[in-house]
Amino acid sequence: MGMSSTSRLASATILVSGLAVGAAACGGGGDQAATSPSRVITVDGSSTVFPVTEAVAEEFQKASTGARVTVGSSGTGGGFQKFCRNETDISDASRPIKSTELEACSKAGIDFIELPVAYDGIAIVVHPNNSWATTMTIAELKKLWEPAAQGKVTRWNQIRSSWPDREIHLFGAGVDSGTFDYFTEAIVGKEAQSRGDYTSSEDDNVIVQGVSGDESALGYFGYAYYEQNKDKLKLVAVDDGDASNGAGPIAPSPETVAGGTYRPLSRPIFIYAKVRALERAEVLSFVEFYLSKGAPLVREVGYIPLTPQEQQLVQARFTARKTGTMFAGTDSHSQVTLEQRLAK
Amino acid sequence: MTDRVRRLAEFAIERTLFLCAAFSILVTAGIILVLLWETAAFLGDVPLSEFLFGTVWTPLFYDKHFGVLPLVAGTLLASAIAMAVALPSGLLIAIYLSEYAASPVRRAVRPVLEVLAGVPTVVYGYFALQFMTPLLQSFVPGLAGFNALSPGIVMGIMILPMISSLSEDALHSVPNGLREGAYALGATRMQTALRVVVPAAFSGISAATVLAASRAIGETMIVAIAAGQQPRLTLDPRVPVETMTAYIVQVSLGDTPTGTLEYRTIFAVGMLLFLSTFTLNLISNWLRERFREEYA
Repeated sequence: MGMSSTSRLASATILVSGLAVGAAACGGGGDQAATSPSRVITVDGSSTVFPVTEAVAEEFQKASTGARVTVGSSGTGGGFQKFCRNETDISDASRPIKSTELEACSKAGIDFIELPVAYDGIAIVVHPNNSWATTMTIAELKKLWEPAAQGKVTRWNQIRSSWPDREIHLFGAGVDSGTFDYFTEAIVGKEAQSRGDYTSSEDDNVIVQGVSGDESALGYFGYAYYEQNKDKLKLVAVDDGDASNGAGPIAPSPETVAGGTYRPLSRPIFIYAKVRALERAEVLSFVEFYLSKGAPLVREVGYIPLTPQEQQLVQARFTARKTGTMFAGTDSHSQVTLEQRLAK
Repeated sequence: MTDRVRRLAEFAIERTLFLCAAFSILVTAGIILVLLWETAAFLGDVPLSEFLFGTVWTPLFYDKHFGVLPLVAGTLLASAIAMAVALPSGLLIAIYLSEYAASPVRRAVRPVLEVLAGVPTVVYGYFALQFMTPLLQSFVPGLAGFNALSPGIVMGIMILPMISSLSEDALHSVPNGLREGAYALGATRMQTALRVVVPAAFSGISAATVLAASRAIGETMIVAIAAGQQPRLTLDPRVPVETMTAYIVQVSLGDTPTGTLEYRTIFAVGMLLFLSTFTLNLISNWLRERFREEYA
């Protein structure tokens, strides 16, 4: 997520020439953070969180003097690997830290503070001329996307018999994106289990392009990209069959995503701050800046800010330096709301 | 300068030039070796028959299949469309420029045509995606946003100058004696062009065609941008497909760990791609040699 469609493919061609420069630029950062008291703040992790952190970093660098923030996007898992090897100060994550990563961090003696910074929803979209698919249940989505559907579920009327007998063209996240991990876990039930016969891309713009140009299409991607392409796409409301968090089908919107009724396809996104790095003034002021000034930037890049109460709770969590994860043993799309977790 | 110094300089220059030539060969050999190495490792895990004849290609997903045919079908479909566009028009342009056009026209048109081959392929890619596809959608029913038709046509435009220039060279080098002979027998200009000059230049024209086809098969950017990324075993030009080259791009852009089976798939596909373009280039050479008409 986050790159424009032009830059993504074009960058393939200049990748090779850029490699040498890129390697030189990236190589130094980690050691510096670990050893010397330089004024560089190193952040790496989820490409979904990247736009938010990037925006905050930009504003922070304008506002403060001297401190530099480098933001990588090697994925949530890749980010935690570096974080737990003591190579970065802050890790971006589009899901809570996993128990294996937790273990790696505690082995390396790294304490962190888990800070939710925004909400992201996954939008299910169809072509504007699609008059039939206005709602779908989780079971229908599962039937459509699970590995067993590969090569078998290929027509609209196989999902719901009242829908037309025409081919369905699927577009979705590529296997390297956090959106893919999250979608498969929330819909199919197991992470990374998906059918493979669809147009998959790590670039959400490709999916926007595909669905907006094809009346038989259905696709999914981060809600932020729907906001930017409202006129070319139509949302499908999702029914999770659980009346306790809003009855019937619910479409994603800033209210339903933050309010926890657009389930299970909405999730909080996080930054993980290393406690020891907070001893450095510039890291401390960056995280404080992120928490206090982040909300309008979150909205600007298309994500959904936390509610004011949640923001206060996150602030309090940070002030109290409360370490560890609030998701031990559960996942971020279960029934417990973020506010309840934060209040614990 | 003494003779000794001159000989030494001569020797140094010769060696330098040799090294330059050797370097390009070494690089090629290195590429082939890496391809062979990784492909062998891939074929250790996936039987060759499954790779070549399997009909489902989902190496990155949970239910893994390694049948390359959908990628081959996508590649052939897009290339066939490109050839259907480029071959007739390129040949007609060549015949016109060589047999009909006045020399100033020929001198003006040729470089303009060749500009088409110089347009960066990423530009062609977005031209296909943003212009050609919407245009085609206004009259082709059921044409998806990503499809084989639009990049195929645009690829045809791209390889058009390859066919027209090379064919025109071939036609132009047919000796005038043949034309004069045909006219003397009462043939019209068209009969001369189509029945005498074109057959005489057959080897050059077919070599150009095969070379252009090889170029179309290896073309990456246009299809990666405009044809979609869904391996699908189909000959329907209206739906998203994925070519071999587009698949390699897709995997290279992600962060597939080196040394995994997923990673090796791109070498296996690359090997297949290399073999097909290499074979076509050999055929092109062979055609040129085999059917060359010698005119003393």
